[in-house]
Formats: sequence, C-alpha cells, structure tokens
Amino acid sequence: MSENKQHIIIIGGGPAGLEAASKLGSAGYRVTLFEKEEQTGGKLRTWYKLYPGFRLAEEVQDFLANEIKINVPEIFSNAEVVNIIPDNKYHTVVLADGRSFIADAVLIATGFELFKGEKKEEYGYRIYDNVITSADLEKKLRLGQPLTTANGQTPARIGLIHCVGSRDKKVGNVYCSRLCCITGVKQAIEIKHHLPKAEVFNFYMDMRMFGQNFEELYIEAQQKWGITFIRGRVSEVAENIDGSLQLKAEDTLSGRPIKMNFDLVVLLVGMVPADRTEAIGKSANLGFTSGSFLASADAQIKPNETNTPGIFVTGTCKEPLSVGETLSDARSAAVRIISWLREKREIN
Amino acid sequence: MVLEGKKRVWEDYQKEIANDHYFYVRSCIRQTFFPGSETTFLRIMKNDLGKDVFEDARHTTCTGIGYHTDIVPLETTMTVIARHFALMTEAGYVNIIPSCVTSFGLYTEVLETWKHFPEIEEKIREYLWKATKREFKIPENLVHTSDIIYKFRSQIKEKSKVSLINKRTGEPLKVVEHIGCHYSKMFPTSGVGGAEFPSVLTGMIESWGGSVIDYPERRHCCGFGFRQYLVMANRGYSVSNSKKKFESMRPFQPDFIVANCPGCSMFLDRWQYTIAELEGVTYDNRGMGIPVLTYEEMAGLVMGYSPWELGLQMHQVSVEQLLDKLGIKYDKEQKYRGAKGQKIGEPQKPQFLIV
Repeated sequence: MSENKQHIIIIGGGPAGLEAASKLGSAGYRVTLFEKEEQTGGKLRTWYKLYPGFRLAEEVQDFLANEIKINVPEIFSNAEVVNIIPDNKYHTVVLADGRSFIADAVLIATGFELFKGEKKEEYGYRIYDNVITSADLEKKLRLGQPLTTANGQTPARIGLIHCVGSRDKKVGNVYCSRLCCITGVKQAIEIKHHLPKAEVFNFYMDMRMFGQNFEELYIEAQQKWGITFIRGRVSEVAENIDGSLQLKAEDTLSGRPIKMNFDLVVLLVGMVPADRTEAIGKSANLGFTSGSFLASADAQIKPNETNTPGIFVTGTCKEPLSVGETLSDARSAAVRIISWLREKREIN
Repeated sequence: MVLEGKKRVWEDYQKEIANDHYFYVRSCIRQTFFPGSETTFLRIMKNDLGKDVFEDARHTTCTGIGYHTDIVPLETTMTVIARHFALMTEAGYVNIIPSCVTSFGLYTEVLETWKHFPEIEEKIREYLWKATKREFKIPENLVHTSDIIYKFRSQIKEKSKVSLINKRTGEPLKVVEHIGCHYSKMFPTSGVGGAEFPSVLTGMIESWGGSVIDYPERRHCCGFGFRQYLVMANRGYSVSNSKKKFESMRPFQPDFIVANCPGCSMFLDRWQYTIAELEGVTYDNRGMGIPVLTYEEMAGLVMGYSPWELGLQMHQVSVEQLLDKLGIKYDKEQKYRGAKGQKIGEPQKPQFLIV
C-alpha cells in the first residue's frame, strides 16, 4: 500500500478534528471525517470572542473551514459514529446508520460538552430566571442581544461563579476544567464593555492564569475595569421577591461569610467529555482518565497515542484545552499519525 | 421562577414508599411540642385510609439529641436503633416509619454506615445480642412519616373537607414550607425532591389547593441546631437563625408555615414570641405572627378535624387567623378545654404578640 493511499478516519469535526484533517490531507493521505452535526466547527460556532485577545471565534472558524476545503474532500456530516472495531491491520468504524468504514488509523476528536449547570442544584439554573451559564452569555453576545435581566432591565450588579462542575467531588468531577478562569475574566470584561456602570464580581477558588497574556488580562480586569474578585466558593443562590438573586459565599481571604444581591448570575460551567466518547472509547478498548476523558498512552511522550495501536486521540476528548492548545494538539496528533503510518508501511 | 425546572429536579429524587403495613416509631419530643400531631397521623392512616400501622410501647428514643450533642457515642446510638429494628422484626413488619426527622436521618445514616462498613453492623448485632438477646432484620423500607402523607396526598384530597384556599378572596393560601435539615440535607436521595428543592411538603400543599412561597432563606436552618438551643449561652444563635428566615419570608406575606421536623415546627413558632418580646417585631401585618403547623396538623385541618382536637391551642402563634381564612368554624370556649370538657388552663398573654 503506497503512502498516499493509507486511509485515516477522523471522528469529530470540531477544531481538533478539522485541524488534524487538513494537516493529514495536505500530507497526501486519504482522510475521511465524520461529524455528527449538520455543520462542522463544534463548540467554536457557539462562541463569540476568544481570550485573551478578544478575537472573533468566527475568524478561527473561517480559518479552519478554508483549510479543510482545500485538503479534505471526504467529510460526512450528520454521521454519528457509534463504535470502533479495532484490529491488528485495519480498524472498522461503524456509524449509527449501520454503515462501516475501514481505516489504517483512526483519530478520535469527539470534543467536549459543557457541564449541565442544573446539576449544581443549589445555583438554581433553569429554575431562577436570572441565572445563566457562560454559554448563554456567549450566545447573547454573539447574537448582539442586550445584556438584560429576564424582565428586560439593565443589570446593575452581575456575579460570575467559577468552577461550576469542576474541582467538585459532589458532582463527581475532581479535575480542573482550566479554561473557566480565563473565560470568567474575559466575560467580566465583555460585560463591562457593554455595561460600564455595572458592578461585576467573580467568585473563584484559584485563578489559574496559565496561558500567554492570561495573567495580564486578569490584572487589567481589576485595574482598568474595576472588576472585583472574591476568593470563595458560592454555597447557594436564591431568588428574591423581585426576581433578583441572593448569593451566599465565603470570602476565604477575609474569613467571612458574605451575602449579596445580584441582578444576574453567570455560571462558568466546566468541560465534560462528549456523550458518545465513552461508548466509542470502550469499543476500542481505550483507557479513561478519572474524569472519564480518553486517556493518552503517556502524558509526556505519547500524548496522542492510546493503548490500542492505530487509534489516536486529540483535543478536548482527552482533557480540557483552549482553542489554541487544541489546534496545537491536533497538529501534534497529525505528525504522530504520519510517522506511525510510515512505520506501519515499512513493517508491511 | 420556572416551575418546570423544579419538576425536573423532583424527577431525580423520587423514592420507594411502601403502600401499607408500617411499624411506627414515635418521636421523643413531638408529643410534648405538638401533642395532637402523631395521634392525627394515626387517625388519618387507620381511620381514613384504612392502613395497617403498628407501634410497640417498648420503643424508646433513638438517642438523636444525645448523639448530635456528643453525649451518646455512635455505637450506643446504633445499638438502640438496632433494638428498634428488632422490635419491628419481632412484630413481623418490614417497613419502618419514624415520626421524627432527626430519627429518620439517624436511621438512614446508620443503615448507610452498615452498608459501607458491614463489620460495624456485625459488631452492633453482637452488642444487641449481649445486651438484650435480640436479633433483627434490616428494614425493607425506611421513610419518614411526611413521605407517607405525601404518598397519600391525593387520597387525602379526595376525602378532604377543607382546601388551602382563602375563603374570603378565593386565592390559594401562600405557604412557607420548611423541611428539617435531617430530612434530606445529609442524604439528598433519601428525601422526596432532594435537598435543594424538596417537594415532600410542596406536594401536599399544592395538592390541597395552596401555593408555595420560595423565599431567599428557604434552605436556611430554622435555628433549632441542637448545640445552639441546648446550651443556654448559645440560644442567641438559634433565635438569630429563625429571625433571618422570618425577615426573608416577610415580603411574601405568608399565610402560614408548615414543617416536617419537631425542632423546626417548635422554634419557628416559639421564637416568634421571643423576637416579639425582645424587639417588639412580628412578621405579619397584624401583629399576630405567622401560624406554624406540622404537616399532620395541616392534613388534619384539610380532613376537617377540630382544630382543638389537633392540639392547635398549644401553639404560641394563634391559629385563629388561619382558621378564619380557611373558613373553619371553631368554638373559642373549647380552646382551652380538655377531651372531657375540663378546663386545662390558659397561657399568659404575651406583651407584643397579639393572640
């Protein structure tokens, strides 16, 4: 089998799947990409601006779409993969409609879902009208909707709650979703862009500002925009008679319990593996992390390999990653798949 | 407020509640606090619903108060509870229904402990055998008595004579529901509706025509807190917790409060008198306070029982304002008379709270 005839199937058409597909396509491989939705792009399509530079998510989306247009002719949308049948030579990928496809290598890029805010019952999401999630806020911003309370008033005080569904044993997620901290900073600033007079408070456990210019943005949020950061987990949110929200927390720096009223509360929901990831992973005999993400064969030296030869993982199906990190990881996966296919061809 | 959201939560917290044949274990304090409540439960269950409810006079305290104040060691508490299970087993029952929320919480805690640490269960079985020569089976169904009333709320509705509707306005009465912390805060899956949006009392209120107030401090402790009220020096904490709740519910102008815990019913009622005496404040518009009922008393009123047979004259906050709204006729002369018509004495009139 000549190199350019080797076939790679990619499961998932979000940023990771698209970027890996275009890189593998441009290297001359036959690439088939299955996307369960009507359109590719994943969660990126639902986001407005990206941290730390506030670039439009749409720009990255366009970049990926252009790349893929040139390099990958075989994209199946509305194509849900249900399992993988691994084999020594070729792997079979089975779709929900019963069709199956054979490939030399399979790259899983099934991405993530957002933690369902209503699982943190004490915050009253989908019960209290003025409790929304970071995804809801992003949608409002993307659609150019005004930032108002449920009854159309301009909110004077807005609270953002970090770590909703992350680092939380109570909901079964002990891992850190990593990106909620910087998302909280970004969204707090965006709120101030729209509502300069609003008071904005972030309730956090730790501010994990690991990325390039993240710390700078965090400082800017405080110094330039006057956003208040309170270290302390919120214990509950309740609704006042006028629909505003009473929030209870502990300020762990001052060692005091606090009770404040807010007009709008935003839950910074974490990342959880996409629903279908578990079934696909199990069918291919893959390992899982404690957070039920797909496990790499080795976190340092084999980040995109799995314990099943020929099956690779990339992006947020294996851990919470930013868009930038996801694209880098996808390129890393593409490089490793190319070298692995060369090794395979040489052995054969 | 999106009711559908609450209903979604409620769906996640439904539990099995046995349909009949119950071994009933009374509370050690409720008969003093609310002397008609447990009798009313038995009356509804046996006379109105035709259920088999058995109780054994040899049943004792569960030691809950002693346990939660660090006076009684856990092993002793477990052995006492094991003895209750033995009484149930000897009587041929498998469904146990404690009247007290703290007992229910403690029974649940003990069973959970044994599930995870079977060696502790074995040890307790040994203690019980050495002390009493008794053996027991694990109950097949453990629920609180408020769960039972919740289960049969529709049957009670069918037989009811009174609805939770203001006769003067035709509007549903606005009710504050309060579940005891030990009902589901320790084990959310043990309570109907869970811990954050419990539906055990809400289900009764709504079935019987009332509407529920969801006020900001709804989840807050009533103030009972064993260590808070048992130690006299700490009682300020107890009062301040209740006060926080009253202030939070005041804007909603509730018609009454209903609770399923002995301590909650007691302190939400009695502390209104205390706060009125201390600060000259009441939390209604007429200076009479907000009446507080147990769920059995509420069910009894709905069933058309006499308020004085229910023991409502033993409440600190007068219930007449509520009876008037419900359109329930009552004889003022009978309020402080016993079952045989004898005078039982009248309490002193408070300085501020209008009775």
